[in-house]
Amino acid sequence: MELLYAMTTGVLTACGLYLTLRGRTFPVVVGLTLLSYAVNLFLFSMGGLTTDGPAIVSEGTNYADPLPQALVLTAIVIGFAMTAFVVILAMRARSEVGNDHVDGKKEDRE
Amino acid sequence: MTLLWIALLPLLGVLVPALTAQRGRSFCSLATAVLPATALVMTLLNVPALLDGEQLRFSVTWMPELALDLAFRLDGLSLLFNLLILGIGLLIILYAHYYLAKDEPFGRFYAFLMLFMASMVGISMSDNLILLWLFWELTSLSSFLLIGYWSYRSDARKGARMALTVTGAGGLALLAGLLLLGDMAGSFNMGDVLASGDVILADPRYPLMLGLVLLGAFTKSAQFPFHFWLPHAMAAPTPVSAYLHSATMVKAGIFLMARLHPAIAGSELWSVVVSLVGIVTMLYGAWFALMKTDLKGILAFSTVSHLGLITVLLGIGSPMAILAALFHILNHATFKAALFMSAGIIDHETGTRELKQLGGLKKAMPVTALLTTLAAAAMAGVPLFNGFLSKEMFFTESLATPVLGGVSWLLPALATLGGILSVAYSLRLVHAVFFKPAREEPPKTPHEPPHLMRLPVEILVVLCVVVGLFPAFMATGLLELASEAVIGSPLDFHLAIWHGVNLPLIMSLLAFVVGIALYWRHGNVRRFTQQFAGIDARRVFERILISIGYRSEQLIAALEGNSLQRYVGWLWLAALVMGGIGLVQITDLTGAAGNQPLDGILILGAVMLMFGGVATAATHRYRLISLLMLSVVGLFVALTFARFSAPDLALTQLSVEVVTMILLMLALFFLPQKTPRESSPLRNVRDMLLAGTLGLVIASLNYAVMTRDTLSISSFFVENSKPGGGGYNVVNVILVDFRGFDTLGEITVLAIAGLAIFKLLNRLRLFMPHSDGEGRVWSPDRYPAVLTSISMTLLPLALLVSAFIFLRGHNQPGGGFIAGLITAVALILLYMARGVAWAQERLDFPFQPVAVIGVAVATLTGLGSWLFGHPFLTSAFGYFSLPLIGTFELATALLFDLGVYLAVVGATLMILANLGKVTTAHRPVTETSGKDTDAAAATSSAKEPR
Repeated sequence: MELLYAMTTGVLTACGLYLTLRGRTFPVVVGLTLLSYAVNLFLFSMGGLTTDGPAIVSEGTNYADPLPQALVLTAIVIGFAMTAFVVILAMRARSEVGNDHVDGKKEDRE
Repeated sequence: MTLLWIALLPLLGVLVPALTAQRGRSFCSLATAVLPATALVMTLLNVPALLDGEQLRFSVTWMPELALDLAFRLDGLSLLFNLLILGIGLLIILYAHYYLAKDEPFGRFYAFLMLFMASMVGISMSDNLILLWLFWELTSLSSFLLIGYWSYRSDARKGARMALTVTGAGGLALLAGLLLLGDMAGSFNMGDVLASGDVILADPRYPLMLGLVLLGAFTKSAQFPFHFWLPHAMAAPTPVSAYLHSATMVKAGIFLMARLHPAIAGSELWSVVVSLVGIVTMLYGAWFALMKTDLKGILAFSTVSHLGLITVLLGIGSPMAILAALFHILNHATFKAALFMSAGIIDHETGTRELKQLGGLKKAMPVTALLTTLAAAAMAGVPLFNGFLSKEMFFTESLATPVLGGVSWLLPALATLGGILSVAYSLRLVHAVFFKPAREEPPKTPHEPPHLMRLPVEILVVLCVVVGLFPAFMATGLLELASEAVIGSPLDFHLAIWHGVNLPLIMSLLAFVVGIALYWRHGNVRRFTQQFAGIDARRVFERILISIGYRSEQLIAALEGNSLQRYVGWLWLAALVMGGIGLVQITDLTGAAGNQPLDGILILGAVMLMFGGVATAATHRYRLISLLMLSVVGLFVALTFARFSAPDLALTQLSVEVVTMILLMLALFFLPQKTPRESSPLRNVRDMLLAGTLGLVIASLNYAVMTRDTLSISSFFVENSKPGGGGYNVVNVILVDFRGFDTLGEITVLAIAGLAIFKLLNRLRLFMPHSDGEGRVWSPDRYPAVLTSISMTLLPLALLVSAFIFLRGHNQPGGGFIAGLITAVALILLYMARGVAWAQERLDFPFQPVAVIGVAVATLTGLGSWLFGHPFLTSAFGYFSLPLIGTFELATALLFDLGVYLAVVGATLMILANLGKVTTAHRPVTETSGKDTDAAAATSSAKEPR
C-alpha cells in the first residue's frame, strides 16, 4: 500500500514539475496546482497511512496522526489562494504584454 | 551603569537634532551638544576610579546564542579615544554651526554626526567582539551618509560610495576575522580574548585570522593599498573631514590594532606585515601630500602618511613603541583637526581650496595664519610642539627595533625620509597659502571668520603648544592609563623635550635641513614627476566596479538569461541534488514497518490518480482537456484523504476543488485555448528527464518515510484535545486552539491574496473571444433553466449545511474552513446561474470587508485572552444548559472559527465574484454583438443591464 501511495505521489510530482517547465502561463498554473496536490499527499503521509481511524476522540483507539492533517488542511486553502493569485497575474500579464509567455516579454509571439 | 549611559547618550543624541531642527540653528546646535557634553563629563568622572586601578565593566546579556552581549568597558585606551571622540566632536559641532550655509539642512547633518559619534564611542568602549563589529559597521554607514551629505554633487556621491565599498568590504573581512578570533579564544568577551594571547598565537588558524582582522583595520585606517578612498572622501563638508578623517574614523583601524594588541600581536608575522605596510603608507602618503595642489588633498594624504607612521609603531610593538603610537594618536588628532578646520575656514572665506588661487592671506587673515602655522609646525615636528615629541620617539624606536632582521637599518632611513617629506609639505602648506604672493585672485575677498568659528582651532592649537611645552604634566597621566591598557602592565616612562644630542635629534635636524631644501626646489621635482602619467584611483575603482557588474550580468545571462523556464529548471535541479544527497544516505529504502496489504479499490484509485496526472501533462496543449484531467486528480485526492481517515481534509479538498475549477475555467476563457508547439524535442526530453528523476526521488523519500516508525508529537494533541481544548475533533482543535496562531497567519495570507487579486483586476483590459479554440461560437443559451431553478432551491439548503458543518466542527469533521468554502460555493452557484447583475443586486455589499472582518474577529478573539491574563489565543470553554435545548458547549474557539469562516467566505468571493465582474464592466463596447453576449453567458457572467 505504501509503495503504491509513494508511486502515485511520485508520478503526480513528476507531471506537475514537467508542466511548470513549460513556456506558457496556463500550463504552468495547472502544473503548480498538480504539484500542490502531490505535495499535500506527501505531507499528509508523513503521519503514516491509517485506515478507519479518524482523529476524533472516543471512536476507538487507533487514531490517524492529526497534526499533518491540520497542516495540510490549511495548505489546501492557501494553495487555492496562491493558484488564484498566479492565474490572475497571468491574465494581467497577458493584458499588459499581449502574450501569455512566462517570461513576460513585450514582443508578440502569438 | 554610567558606562552604559556614556555609550548610550550620543546614540540618543541622534534624536535631538531631528526634534529641535525647527527651533532654529542656534538652539539646535546647543541642544545637540548637551548629550555628548554630558557623556564627556561622565567619562571624566570615571577617571579617579581608573586611576585607583578599578576594572570598569558593564554587561547585559543580549543575544546569548550569538555570543552577543551588550558589554562595555572603560580602560585607559577607551578613555583616550572617548576624550578624542567626544571632545573634538563638541568642537566640530561648534565649527559646523558656522560652516554650513544658511539654507543647508543642518538638522540632518547633526543627526548623522551624532550617529557617527555614537558608533565611534561604541567601538572604543565595546567589551564584546561582536558588539565592536556592530559599531564598526555603523561607522561605515554613518560616514557614508556624512561624506555624501552634499548628495547633489557627483564627487560626493562617488566618494561616499567608494568609502562605503572599501570600508564595508573590510568590515566583512573583519567579521570573519573576529569570529575566528572568538572561536580560537573560546569566548567573545574582550577580557577573555585579550588574556588568551598564547592560545591564539599557537592556533594553526592564526595567520588566516590575522590577515582578515588586518584587512579590516587597514581598509578603515586607509593603509596602502587601501588608502585611495580617503582622498576622495574629501568631497565631504570640512567639519566631516576634520572629524572623521583626522581624529576618529580613520583611527578606528589603529584603535583595533591597539585594542587587540595583547591577543594577536606577539608574532613575527604581525611585526613584519604591519610595519612594512605602515612604512610604505607613510612614504606614499607623504610624497603625494607634497604633490597635491588642493588644500584638503594635501591634508588627506598627510593623514594617510601619519596613519602609516602610527601603524609602523604598532608593528614594532615594543612597550615604548606602543607608548609612542598612543602619543602620536593624540597629537595627530589635535593638530590635524586644527589644520582641517583652518582649511575649511580658508575655503569658507575665500571660496577656493586650490593653492594656485591662494596666497598672501596673512594680511587678510592674520589670526588664522598664525594658528595654521603653529598647527603645521606641530605636524612637521618642530621642537616645542607636540608633534616633535612623538616624532622623536618614533625615530628612537625605529633605531632600536630588530623587526626587519638584517635590513632593520632601513627603518630609520625610511623614517628620516618620511620626516623630510613631512617638513616639506607642511612648509609648503603654510608658505603657499599665507606668505607667497597670490598668482590668481580667489573668488571671494578674504577676511577673518567669526570668532566662534575660529575658537575650536584656537583650543586645539593651544593644546598642541601646551603639550609640546609641558609634556610630562599634560599627557603623562592619560598615556600611563592608555599604555597600561594595551601592554597589560604599568610602563615606566618620562616624557621630555630634551634628551641631549643623540641620533634621533640628528635625524630630526637632517629632516629639517633636507625638507626645507626640498620645498625650495620642489618646483623642479614636480616638473620631473609630471612626466609620468598619474593614476586616478577613482577611475580605476569605478572601472573595476563596472566590470564586476558586467561580469555578473554575463554570468546571470549564461545561467538563466531572464528565462523563467531556465530559472525554474535550476531550482528543480538544485532540489534534485539536495533530495538525492538525502536519499543516498539511506541504507535501506524499505523501513522496518513495511507495507500494509493492498486491495482492489486502492489500486483503482491509484491508477486513476496516475492516469489523471499523466493525462494532465500529456494534454497540456489542449488546455480545457488538461483542466478536466486535473479535476480528476483533485477529486481522487479528496477520495484518498477520505480513505486514509482524514474526513476534514476530504471535505476541504472537495470544496476547494470546485472553487479552483470554476476559477481556472473562468481564467481560461480570457487566455488562449491552446498552447502553441514551441519546445524542441530535445528540450521536452530534458524536462521530462528532470521532472521524472525528481519524481522518482520524491517517491523514494516518501516511501522511505512511510515504511518507518516515526516518533510523533501527536499523542499530546489527541490526549489534550478534550480536556485542554474542549473538542473531540482533534484536527479542528489543533487548527483553532493548539496551533491557532498558525491559522491566524494563514487566514491573513488568504485575505491578503484576495485583496491583491482585487487590486490586480482593477482596470484590467481583457481580450474577449467570441468563440472557442475550434472556431465554434459560444452557446446562445444565456442561463440554463435547469440550473437557474435548482440553484434557488439549493441556496438555503447549502447555507443550512454550512451552518451545520460549522457548528459541529469542534467535535465532528467540519469547521470554519469547510463551512466557509461551502457557503462560498453556494453563492458562486447563484452567480453562475443568474449572472453577476442579478446576484449583485441581491448581494449588495463588497466582499473585501468580510474577509478583513474575519481576520479581525479571529485576532480580537486571540487578544481577548489577554484580558484574563492568559497568553495570546488561549481558548476557554464551558458548558451551559437552557430549557428545551439541553446542555451545550460554548467555546471561544468557536468565535475564532467564525473569524476563519468569514475570512474564507470573503476571500473566496472576492476572488471569484470580482473576476466574474470583469467580464461585464470592461466589455469593449464597439464589439458588442449577439455572439459577445453569448460568450459572457457561457462564462457564467452577464452583461450590465443597459
